[in-house]
Amino acid sequence: MSINRRNFLNIFLGTGFLGWVGSILYPLISYLIPPKVSEAKIQSVKAGIAADFPSNSGKIIKFGRKPVILIKTNKNKFVALSATCTHLDCIVRYRADTNQILCACHNGLYDLKGRNISGPPPRPLTAFNVNILNEEIIISKPSEMS
Amino acid sequence: MNKKSDDRLLNWLDERFNISPFLDFMKHKQVPIHKHSVWYYMGGVALFLFMVQVLTGILLLLYYQPGVDSSYESIRFIVTKVNFGWLIRSLHSWSANLLVLFIFIHMFSTFFTGAFKNPRELTWLSGFILLALALGFGFSGYLLPWNELAFFATKVGTDITGAVPLVGKAIKIFLRGSEDVTGGTLLRFYAFHVAIIPAIFTFVLSVHLLFIQRQGMHEPDFYKKLPREKQKTIAFFPDFFLKDILLWLIVLNILLFLAVFFPWDIGIKADPFASAPQGIRPEWYFMFMFQTLKLLPAHILFIEGEIVGVLMFGVGGVAWMLLPFWAGKINAQIRTRVLTTLGLLVVAFILVMTIIGYVM
Ligand code: HEM
Ligand code: FES
Repeated sequence: MSINRRNFLNIFLGTGFLGWVGSILYPLISYLIPPKVSEAKIQSVKAGIAADFPSNSGKIIKFGRKPVILIKTNKNKFVALSATCTHLDCIVRYRADTNQILCACHNGLYDLKGRNISGPPPRPLTAFNVNILNEEIIISKPSEMS
Repeated sequence: MNKKSDDRLLNWLDERFNISPFLDFMKHKQVPIHKHSVWYYMGGVALFLFMVQVLTGILLLLYYQPGVDSSYESIRFIVTKVNFGWLIRSLHSWSANLLVLFIFIHMFSTFFTGAFKNPRELTWLSGFILLALALGFGFSGYLLPWNELAFFATKVGTDITGAVPLVGKAIKIFLRGSEDVTGGTLLRFYAFHVAIIPAIFTFVLSVHLLFIQRQGMHEPDFYKKLPREKQKTIAFFPDFFLKDILLWLIVLNILLFLAVFFPWDIGIKADPFASAPQGIRPEWYFMFMFQTLKLLPAHILFIEGEIVGVLMFGVGGVAWMLLPFWAGKINAQIRTRVLTTLGLLVVAFILVMTIIGYVM
């Protein structure tokens, strides 16, 4: 196949035109994708005095930019779990009457180990470590997740 | 203005812009009259409500300040301090809901009367895009007051898009402006709501109306079969047009009644670090999808329930959008029956799921 001058020009200009369109679209689309905000590597947060925390209750704690639910069971044991429902991102709450964790958005239920026991949530809640240091509650990231 | 000066003005314009073809067109355009003629008015009502949205929306812009620390406060300011601010906001919210309602009524009426068929495929397609944009208006507007209900509904709504295979994650981050629903999401939704969607909507609406003007109103089969002299019509201008205006006035009164006696609630300010309260729900027109997702089990054959749901609605939506392009392929003898049954099933599904959503 011989390439005549018209064909050559068409291909040459066509490629140039595509490149031009691309050079317009690329920055535009890139602009729409938000930049990554570097997340401060938080390893632990303090959550108040252990004795002041009412038993059989739960509270949402700010762990960096993520919510964590801290629960003091009726046996006065502390449990900390990711508060982000694994179904569709709502924030869970502690149910004192049944000692379970409820997500009100679609009635997802978890037990105190964070296991999804009924409703739509597909996965368990990630557990965090809780330590009491000098009377103060310290929540820290589970070791395998950093 | 008397008749004479009327003519003088028209002549003056005609000399400069040659408007007589347009006037002739308006004079000769006829609208068929038959037992289903009422449905011809539904699109017009939607058009009127959209104009109400533009007007009240622009008025809200004078005081609304997007931002995590200002959205809720500025709307509180509008409804408590600004003269008649409560009315403008209530009108915008009520009219938004009526608009979506009338778009649905309009769409189903063109479905059941068969108006979507050849040669009106593109009218249907542009109408479907308008529905999608109106839903986008509603979804983005819902978050703007930055209240608790809207905050969690937006979290859920945007997280659902994450279930779309392959591109889901990118869409979710594009919508949210980051991994989470934050002040950045609020700003994005604001831009969608007051600039991007209005611009696209206005363009598609113009195209939709242009198609309708070029083709005239659809005549149902039973009407087409009537002998010529039995096919009653009225002139679009001024007869049909005046009826349109009359209906708009009635709708405006209903709207004012609703806005005054059932003012729209502001709710509680959103707190991104609080448990979701009981009773999180989207606006009623998303309820049927929301409720379906709620009823799906966590896993269907190893696939997460909501992925199945999202795929189902995605495929269903595309099929509905492309309706005129495949409906013609159904065997002509059973076509009407098949389509009517299908339409009734869709309506029944939407109604049942919506009702379950509110009583459960
Ligand atoms: C150019 C057109 C529009 C502009 C400039 C506009 C502007 C605004 C503004 C500033 C707000 C925030 C104030 C508030 O929340 O009350 C708002 C809210 C809202 N808008 Fe619009 N809007 C427009 C069209 C629409 C349309 C067509 C719809 C519906 C299909 C719609 C639905 C809503 C909804 C549901 C809210 C939330 C209402 C509330 O809870 O207060 N808007 N709009
Ligand atoms: S988001 Fe928690 S159950 Fe749906």
